[in-house]
Amino acid sequence: MLDLSPLPALFGGALIGLGALLLLWVNGRIAGVSNLLGGIVFPVRGDRAWRALFLGALVAVGALASWLSPGSVGASRPNLILLGAAGLLVGFGTRLGNGCTSGHGVCGVARLSRRSLTATAVFVATGIVTATIARWLGVGA
Amino acid sequence: MKALRNASAALAGLAFGLGLVVSGMTRPSKVLAFLDVFGDWDPTLLFVMAGAVGVYALGYRLRREKPLAADGYAVPSGGRVDARLLLGAAVFGVGWGLSGYCPGPAVVSLGSGSIGVIVFLGCVLGGMALTRLLDASVKRS
Repeated sequence: MLDLSPLPALFGGALIGLGALLLLWVNGRIAGVSNLLGGIVFPVRGDRAWRALFLGALVAVGALASWLSPGSVGASRPNLILLGAAGLLVGFGTRLGNGCTSGHGVCGVARLSRRSLTATAVFVATGIVTATIARWLGVGA
Repeated sequence: MKALRNASAALAGLAFGLGLVVSGMTRPSKVLAFLDVFGDWDPTLLFVMAGAVGVYALGYRLRREKPLAADGYAVPSGGRVDARLLLGAAVFGVGWGLSGYCPGPAVVSLGSGSIGVIVFLGCVLGGMALTRLLDASVKRS
């Protein structure tokens, strides 16, 4: 079944862009979730409160969404070993590469940053290869 | 200034998180269906990116000389594409393709309290710590 939903996707995408813009216009910051996470767990200079508030708001939205519409957030059949391994790779890779889908994929691509355009092309490519192989092997989250 | 920064971060997180939920990006199955291009392909993520990048690109161009509540923009610019960026992005993509989670949707999904996402995010932090250890040992030698 083709589960295509372009209108909610465009609208949701625009909301993501607006949220990221608010952080740029008011705080002068890039809305990069991996960097925010890294900055809150491993202290960085400057105030940490805004990082915690942004991340806390994300969790609050998720809590509300899973209460209103169970199944709208999170994996349905979590494979814990696979998720643990994937988490390690995501944590290691995003710190090494200085960003993820939000910082590089949205903010960086929109700013036409060469580093972000390159990073996005690379992680989409390895993501496609990995997801394809994982399906062939019959493993998946 | 600080109160305004905190309020805007919270509001930005709400919009960003809502956008992720509305667009279906907090469901790993939907992300994996995008990455699995040779399977039952679901292009939704492309529309999400189009919406987010479109709004952010426009807003980035319209930004004022200084952020509303900060002394300047903390926006990286002009960096070089190096091996570290390429390797980091490649490793991140593998983790993303295995799980269907990138950091943003994973933090939102934490609100569901599902064990899978708790394990995933715990390991993300572990992976970030690994990068820090690696950096520290490189610096020492």
